[in-house]
Amino acid sequence: MLKLEGINKIFNEATPDEKVALDNINLHLAPGDFVTIIGSNGAGKSTMMNMISGALTPDFGAVTIEGKEVTKLPEYKRSQYIGRVFQDPMAGTAPSMTIEENLAIAYSRNAKRGLRKGVSRGRRDFFKSSLEKLGLGLENRFNAKVGMLSGGERQALSLLMATFTKPSILLLDEHTAALDPSRAELITRLTKQLVEEGNLTTLMVTHNMQQAIDLGNRLIMMDKGQIILSIDDEKKPTLTIPDLMSEFEKIRGEKMNSDRALLGS
Amino acid sequence: MFTALFGSVEQGIIYAIMALGVYLTFRVLDFPDLTVDGSFVTGAATAAMMIALGYNPILATLMAIVAGFIAGCMTGLLHTKGKINPLLSGILMMIALYSINLRIMGLSAENAIVKPNIPLMNADTIFSQFQSFWSSLGIDAALTSFVKDSLGLQTAPGTWGTIFVVLIITLIIKFIADWFLKTEVGLAIRATGDNKRMIRSFSANTDGLIVLGLGLSNALVAFSGALIAQYSKFADANMGIGMIVIGLASVIIGEAIFGTKTIFRTTLAVVAGAIIYRIIYAIALRIDWLDTSDMKLITAIIVVLALVIPQLVDKRREKKRKEKRRMERLDQQREFMQGGDHLA
Repeated sequence: MLKLEGINKIFNEATPDEKVALDNINLHLAPGDFVTIIGSNGAGKSTMMNMISGALTPDFGAVTIEGKEVTKLPEYKRSQYIGRVFQDPMAGTAPSMTIEENLAIAYSRNAKRGLRKGVSRGRRDFFKSSLEKLGLGLENRFNAKVGMLSGGERQALSLLMATFTKPSILLLDEHTAALDPSRAELITRLTKQLVEEGNLTTLMVTHNMQQAIDLGNRLIMMDKGQIILSIDDEKKPTLTIPDLMSEFEKIRGEKMNSDRALLGS
Repeated sequence: MFTALFGSVEQGIIYAIMALGVYLTFRVLDFPDLTVDGSFVTGAATAAMMIALGYNPILATLMAIVAGFIAGCMTGLLHTKGKINPLLSGILMMIALYSINLRIMGLSAENAIVKPNIPLMNADTIFSQFQSFWSSLGIDAALTSFVKDSLGLQTAPGTWGTIFVVLIITLIIKFIADWFLKTEVGLAIRATGDNKRMIRSFSANTDGLIVLGLGLSNALVAFSGALIAQYSKFADANMGIGMIVIGLASVIIGEAIFGTKTIFRTTLAVVAGAIIYRIIYAIALRIDWLDTSDMKLITAIIVVLALVIPQLVDKRREKKRKEKRRMERLDQQREFMQGGDHLA
């Protein structure tokens, strides 16, 4: 479904600030895989997500989605196949537009946009039933501007918008990190529900180890631009946080940078 | 006075089309587009040139719209492909259009390459064409006798046909704008002005949408210019100076008075704002010690006031609210203290 082959990226090349962001990344996702990604700040997690979404292009290496090479395809064309939820709850929705207008924009992802009405009667019914799944009562606030919603509500809406057209790949970039614990839990639960319902091939970056262990069938750990550990779906169910810590020490020969966010709660 | 105001309303309705164009860039796309000063004249110049050469005024007006569309797209390309700052893209295009407009008007002359103006004194315009149809209906006589007899006014406008036709045109444009902003493309353009990152992640080409939005906006501006040229029977290279500020003034005045709750209401507010601006203009011109040339200064002051006053009002309101809360808190404390005394 998704293939990354020999992806390399260096920022600020040939300057004193030169930084190797991705160092020969190879990753292969089968249809229906749900991979969680952990790693400390600057490990290259977000850079890798941006390579897949097309916000950044690799120096060399190839990105393939559904057997089609998309390495040179601009972001807006690639996003036909890719649903994305950002860390910032403000990033995934248009604040001055209504809930139904936002949904209509997401709904037109796969099709060429024309002069059809954005919110038609048939679509409105579909939007309504989709919103009901969130269980937040948003289906009764159809004409509310999205800017009036809380961060958690906006993130739930972003998640729905990213998933309800059944994209080939779903990218979640620390999408619960900016929320308070109870809202983060809600979004985590909705993520699980929506991914399972759509059987979506998913990549999720998280700072929270427990979340990385609880969700998905595979886990990878990144450090200094490399994938240093990959746990497959056989070992994943029995994985614990101490396991991960000791694996890291074994591989890197140093204690894991115990930054607070990494451990999560 | 009535006739003067009547003329302002007629002009205001025509300028409303330009204001809708400015609304499209300034508010919807969040792109402060200064092309307007140039593209307004481009519309006027194109229409006047073709009319002077004897083309049908409707065809001339349509060509003016196309010319404005192209000018707007150029600004969009400068910004999206050339990566030039929005304000600078507009200024560059505005300056370039100044020369182009002189050339366009020059096309109407046999012995000159450029021309600073085109008079259309006895030419056939959209309005003169409509007038012959309108006169045959006999509505003018009825309305004139109504204002003279029933309202007791001394003078009446020469014809009611012009206001009727411009009102129809502007309302049609307003309804098309309302409809367009709710289509899939329209929603994508609005989202481009609202959150570019989001709309890119839903497979919309923001560069293309910005170019399209600027093209449509300047097409409206040029349309307005073409109508003004035919209305005043004159096109001039300098008629667009300060047009963007007039457009902004109309948008801001309209929004402040009529609100922006829905798109339908906002576009209506913009149209009304343009008419109100013209009325203010006409009244200001009647003040003895003001000169016509002071109008640009007055326009700038209107825009500044319209931008600043709402901030001051908000601040004042907040201050009042805080003061009220402070007094309430003081009262509570006093009550508490008294209660304490009582206990003791």
